[in-house]
Amino acid sequence: MKFTLSWLKTHLDTDASLDDILYALTDLGLEVEEVHNPAERLGDFTIAKVLSAEKHPEADRLKVCNVLTDEGEKQIVCGAPNAREGITVVLAKPGMYIPGLDITISVGKIRGVESHGMMASEREMELSDEHDGIIELPSGEVGDRFVDYLAEHDPAKVDAMIEIAITPNRPDALGVRGIARDLAARGLGKLKPAPEAKVEGTFKSPISVTIDEDTRTDGCEVFMGRLIKGVKNGPSPQWLQDWLTAIGLRPISALVDITNFFTYDQNRPLHVFDADKVKGNLRVHRTKGGETLMALDEKEYTFDAGMVVISDDEGVESIGGIMGGLETGCTEETVNVFLEAAVWDVVQIAKTGRALKINSDARYRNERGIDPAFNPVAIELATQMILDLCGGEPSEVVVAGEVPDTNRAYKLDTDRVQSLVGMDIPADTQRETLTALGFELDGDMASVPSWRPDVQGSADLVEEVARVASLTKLEGRPMARASVGVPGPILTPMQKRESIARRTVAALGYNECVTYSFIDKDTAELFAGGSDATMLANPISSEMSHMRPDLLAGLLQAAARNQARGVADLALFEVGPAFHGGEPEEQHIQVAGLLVGATGPKDVHGERRTVDLFDAKADAEAVLAAIGAPAKAQILRGKNAWWHPGRNGNICLGPKKILASFGEVHPKTLEKMGVKGAAVAFTVYLEEAPFKRKSKATRAALGASDLQAVERDFAFVVDTGVEAASVVNAAAGVDKNLITNVHLFDQFTGETAERQMGEGKKSLAITVRLQPKDKTLKEKDIEEVSAKIIAKVEKATGGTLRG
Amino acid sequence: MDDLRQKYLEAVASVTDEAALEDVRLAAVGKKGEIALKMRELGKMTPEERQVAGPALNALKDEINSALAAKKEALADAALDARLSEEWLDVTLPARGRPQGTIHPVSQVTEEVVAIFADMGFAVAEGPQIENDFYNFDALNIPPHHPARQEFDTFYMHRDEGDNRPPHVLRTHTSPVQIRAMEKTGAPIRVIAPGRVYRSDYDQTHTPMFHQIEGLAIGKDISMANLKWVLEEFFSAFFEIDGIKTRFRASHFPFTEPSAEVDIQCSWVDGQLRIGEGDGWMEVLGSGMVHPKVLEAAGVDPEAWQGFAFGMGIDRIAMLKYGIPDLRAFFESDLRWLRHYGFSALDMPTLAGGLSR
Repeated sequence: MKFTLSWLKTHLDTDASLDDILYALTDLGLEVEEVHNPAERLGDFTIAKVLSAEKHPEADRLKVCNVLTDEGEKQIVCGAPNAREGITVVLAKPGMYIPGLDITISVGKIRGVESHGMMASEREMELSDEHDGIIELPSGEVGDRFVDYLAEHDPAKVDAMIEIAITPNRPDALGVRGIARDLAARGLGKLKPAPEAKVEGTFKSPISVTIDEDTRTDGCEVFMGRLIKGVKNGPSPQWLQDWLTAIGLRPISALVDITNFFTYDQNRPLHVFDADKVKGNLRVHRTKGGETLMALDEKEYTFDAGMVVISDDEGVESIGGIMGGLETGCTEETVNVFLEAAVWDVVQIAKTGRALKINSDARYRNERGIDPAFNPVAIELATQMILDLCGGEPSEVVVAGEVPDTNRAYKLDTDRVQSLVGMDIPADTQRETLTALGFELDGDMASVPSWRPDVQGSADLVEEVARVASLTKLEGRPMARASVGVPGPILTPMQKRESIARRTVAALGYNECVTYSFIDKDTAELFAGGSDATMLANPISSEMSHMRPDLLAGLLQAAARNQARGVADLALFEVGPAFHGGEPEEQHIQVAGLLVGATGPKDVHGERRTVDLFDAKADAEAVLAAIGAPAKAQILRGKNAWWHPGRNGNICLGPKKILASFGEVHPKTLEKMGVKGAAVAFTVYLEEAPFKRKSKATRAALGASDLQAVERDFAFVVDTGVEAASVVNAAAGVDKNLITNVHLFDQFTGETAERQMGEGKKSLAITVRLQPKDKTLKEKDIEEVSAKIIAKVEKATGGTLRG
Repeated sequence: MDDLRQKYLEAVASVTDEAALEDVRLAAVGKKGEIALKMRELGKMTPEERQVAGPALNALKDEINSALAAKKEALADAALDARLSEEWLDVTLPARGRPQGTIHPVSQVTEEVVAIFADMGFAVAEGPQIENDFYNFDALNIPPHHPARQEFDTFYMHRDEGDNRPPHVLRTHTSPVQIRAMEKTGAPIRVIAPGRVYRSDYDQTHTPMFHQIEGLAIGKDISMANLKWVLEEFFSAFFEIDGIKTRFRASHFPFTEPSAEVDIQCSWVDGQLRIGEGDGWMEVLGSGMVHPKVLEAAGVDPEAWQGFAFGMGIDRIAMLKYGIPDLRAFFESDLRWLRHYGFSALDMPTLAGGLSR
């Protein structure tokens, strides 16, 4: 919302400074966004008089002037054609900044002649584009400030323009009068009496108005109109043009400018039809669908069924409360004008405006809510202004519908400000504030003014009182702790788990990323996502069209971006939500880690190697261990398409309960994602691992035995397809009391192995640790167990002990 | 006897390796060595002579044995010294690599904020990021078609034809978590809710996803003055600067009443922002007293309970605290940025140890 200081002063009697007004506006909740104050930049320019002007000895176009200033006579060289003896001019002294030139002038020599300042043109002061010569003033005393002169003779030139942000609850502040009312309530002046007019019609309007029955509810509340015949629609007066120009509107013609004036002056959008182009009567109704209208913005709109429009006998002529039609719009030639003031349903305006994508001043105001009670007043004021500026003769007012009743009152509890806000404001002051804002108090009931649709309860009264009193004065007051003593823990087990997982992965050397939750469709599809359910209806770009099904997608994109910057080896991770559907509950937390390239930089110790599956597996297991997942999980092969089919696995508690996945990323996935080199990754499904039942912090007693443990190694020849886990599990199952650990320590595969052991064979070697509990193991005991181990492994795997 | 002593002590002193030393030992104190031979001669002596010669011979044997042992140790030390001196390594070679991981500033700052509010008795609440329009809007007193809805630049989810429910949204703020938390536990309640939020806006200072933290405190007599105190305590603790002042400015949010935008005290010195000093103000968050309709929507009786809510940008306060210039870089995963602005894995923010190092 933009307005000028002089416009504000037509409603507010004040001598407050601009700075005080700006501070109060922001503090009242009408946040000042921009101020354009020409006086600020012109404050140092003073009025001077040219005593003589002689031709410059070295230049035909220059003149050497003797200028009378408040600091005595000065010599100034000037190139303006109108510089001559006797004229009153505007002087810039050395050291002053010239806004139109963006320079600070100094004493200088021009073609050998000293010049002590400058006489300014309008353009040099950014007052206009005028630059044919220096300013000649018809009056003015030498030494007076030029801004003071302007304020007296041409106030528009030094009028400050103020732009404020209006929150959606304050449609009244979309009019200058509403802003003035707030400032008056704050004590920055007195609100001037509301303008009044009553124009008697001299004839019956030839155009009548009706509102269809189905449009009376949630469509158009009231429509008032009148014909004014014999107007002369020329340019509007200078003061109106100046105000509109200052707030960024283009003056068009008196009739149009008058409607714009009311829009901004009192938040009262109006519309004017050229009555000679209206065929028959006007009818406010709902569209059937498919009708079209060429609107004032010269775009054609097609209506859906149920929108509210104004039609004449020939069809739709105006989108009610949003934008008029081009056909019936007023032009310079208009002589008979039909003036419309109507109250529209706010929701209907919002819906139609959004559907048609029209952002007009009228829609903006009508969907926030204009003052319905002002409707009959507005049509009189506007008629008067048309008569004043364009002449003409008014008809009687035609009315369809009724001005809606907005009367309501809420109880003012003056203690509530203290208990809710914590400010001590005397009851009388509270009542004065509300009265100044237009509330009417009857006992402790406050009637809400018709221009404040936002006030819907007692809490709103508190807000008004506190706002006007200034929240800046609010003093903090300690809030008691919720409970006495040492605060207990507040994180849920899941929240703790997330933090532990995050810090564990960082400790393993990964750099945490935060990537967008949405990715492009193609990428989403690579990770089993990309369904319509997870699609955004209005994505910001096709790169961000679907909710991510897996965090790995974003990490691979991040890896590709870093590789493009020349970083080949990466360890990236993210902790965050992934989306397996489009419903609120279809979200789960993942921890994903990605290793790309080598394990580290080239190094003197020869430890650099390409990352492999077992790096990712180790890190996944480390995260699971850190969050307290059961140590005994199964490793099952996985089927997800983004993994290398033979090199990925799931860490599971049973086939359906997957705690984590790990593997080598499929070469095709890497290619599509633009990642070069080897890439392995893991994903931990953070919510899957069961939480330990909350028990005491006490640990079970340590069961350390004094008896000597024994380790025995076994190597088995098995088929290459036999998995290590089957050997380990078979051995471990032989005697659970005695065998405390089985560890696979060697795998011998490949050509040499097959040459030694036969085609399709490999060797797996395990260490079995035996821990006796009651007596030291004798060689015989060990042999017995060993025989059982060998038999069981051979049976389970079809292998043989390697001789 | 003196000759014998001198002969062998000199021999021990002069050998340079263990083999020669063994030869000397055998010659002197071995079974057939010279001392042993002398011992054998003791039998031929008179008792008087024996009483003199016996102890003398024994003493000589002990002395030579000691000398041999000392020499042996010296030779071994010399050999070790020689070996060690050959085992010289260039200790200026680089050590074995240990990868250094980092924690993202958003995670770190979230934990800092949690640590502070935990001390004031706030629990951490969570909610979904794909949200239905009741929680994101209606329950927060933003009815359909209210102009306030348009100010959020909302992302809507796709709706299949025939599914006539209002489309879900990507939550535009963390405020829906207020409703979910109150529904779950009722009043009194103190929670904060950190997390991702989404708005359709992308330019120099906006990204379509960012992070907010919501605060909610409902009790019997919690007032806006308490809110101001809580926020001032928070900012002082978070920025680790005593006595940061805030300024409340009237504003409007549909879900609070009265509503205030909150500025913190700051100044600009040589283009550098200084928080907690000077007479400038910078807007950092929106807040207010929870609207009675919002309490009602969450099943809390507005006649019996009242309290405040606030919401602020985690990314934004991270930028302010740690001097991070560009919001967009938070989500670009540039390794240089992650390393420079990231935090060490074990850098857990605690009030006991201080939030930042």
